[in-house]
Amino acid sequence: MPSLGADMEAGTLAEWRVAPGDRVEKGQVIAVVETAKGAIDVEVFESGVVEECYVGPNTRVPVGTPLARIGSGERVVTDLPAAGTAPEPATVPEAEPPPTVSASAPPAPAPPRASPAARRRGRERGIDLGALAGSGPGGAIVLRDLERTPLAEPRPDRPPVGDRGGGFDREAMRRSIAAAMTRAKREIPHYYLATTVDLHAAERWLADYNRERPPAARLLMAALFMKATARALARYPDLNGHYQAQGFRRAERVDLGMAIHLRAGGLIAPALRGAGELALPELMDRLQDLVQRARTGGLRAAEVGTATATVTALGERGVDTVFGVIHPPQVAMIGFGCVRRRPLAVDDMLAVRPAVDVSLAADHRVCDGHLGARFLNEIESQLQRPEAL
Amino acid sequence: MNRETLRVVVLEELSAIAPDIDIEAIDDRARLRDEYDLDSMDVLNLLTALHQRLGVDIPETDYARMHSLQDLLDYLESKAER
Repeated sequence: MPSLGADMEAGTLAEWRVAPGDRVEKGQVIAVVETAKGAIDVEVFESGVVEECYVGPNTRVPVGTPLARIGSGERVVTDLPAAGTAPEPATVPEAEPPPTVSASAPPAPAPPRASPAARRRGRERGIDLGALAGSGPGGAIVLRDLERTPLAEPRPDRPPVGDRGGGFDREAMRRSIAAAMTRAKREIPHYYLATTVDLHAAERWLADYNRERPPAARLLMAALFMKATARALARYPDLNGHYQAQGFRRAERVDLGMAIHLRAGGLIAPALRGAGELALPELMDRLQDLVQRARTGGLRAAEVGTATATVTALGERGVDTVFGVIHPPQVAMIGFGCVRRRPLAVDDMLAVRPAVDVSLAADHRVCDGHLGARFLNEIESQLQRPEAL
Repeated sequence: MNRETLRVVVLEELSAIAPDIDIEAIDDRARLRDEYDLDSMDVLNLLTALHQRLGVDIPETDYARMHSLQDLLDYLESKAER
């Protein structure tokens, strides 16, 4: 069971996407795990043959529990553990430990894409999602598709938990946010800085860029914010990494988390891998894809809990300034308030310009305000040259 | 394409983006962004979907004119007639 965030202690293996005997390729999605962050697709880290699944579907196990064994295919155990069964609590295979991975892989007909709520409801009611037509984004099966299906016997062994509004277990997500934020405020000595950035150049450039393009190819200001921040983080590596028991470790790449507000409540901050190296159109596509998958299910394990720093952008319905709380084990949270027209001194004149307050919450154990200030100024100077982003 | 058909198309796309909105009870005059909590990415996704389905492009400079479902339908209707 992979750790999908510093605050995660256990997860539920929702379904296997592979069966013993299947050959899997590195990067293939082999299982779906339900967490407080919703249903996450788990990818396999090596190629091989699924020899044995240790954990049955619908089973909650602690982080670190082996889920399956991947090997050469010589010792295939075809029996799948029954639903709800796990090995001895967190057992680890003894002697000559075969490579054990935290996941499994899909059989030939890929299982249907479905929202976490739909998967859960389907399981509770014994509905085969494969038999349904999805009406959600990208043909995904959503809750309403199940409402039309006659009820099968409810599963007696799985009492409903919490409020599943919008596809997530809201109570579980709230608990998970509470745990992470409590730890942040208890352990991390935050310092806060903010500055106002004139977005005249960025807005003009963006309007020009979008003018002749169809909606599908347009950029949002948020993409510029992400790119500028990712580049600035690459230049200030003391803000990009993880602080763990052995102290701070810089990350080699900027995997920028993006706090995504979920319509049903709560939030999740999946990572945009290598954000500083992505061209703006690609970054925008990836951002849209992440938001979509965060809201409908289908985030991958490599995207959650791996960010090296996080951006929160309040958008146009927000307020001027956000004072972020760092998500451990990260050491920086960069906030963008809403873009508004404001009076600004430009040269010797007063001008009304689109502007945004950019803020930084950073870990004082790792760096000081002097560095943080230079970092924010770097974001500003990146945003003044949008054509170079 | 008449207004009623346009309305059905818009509501279908809106509900794909924001499945929690009760489209039966939608108020055509309410401000979409505020009342139904659509952010800039939701709006862009909606316009992309409408562009694909109706072939009507809404330039960014016209965004400001579209606050409510009614504004959006007025706009689409005028464009679709041409």
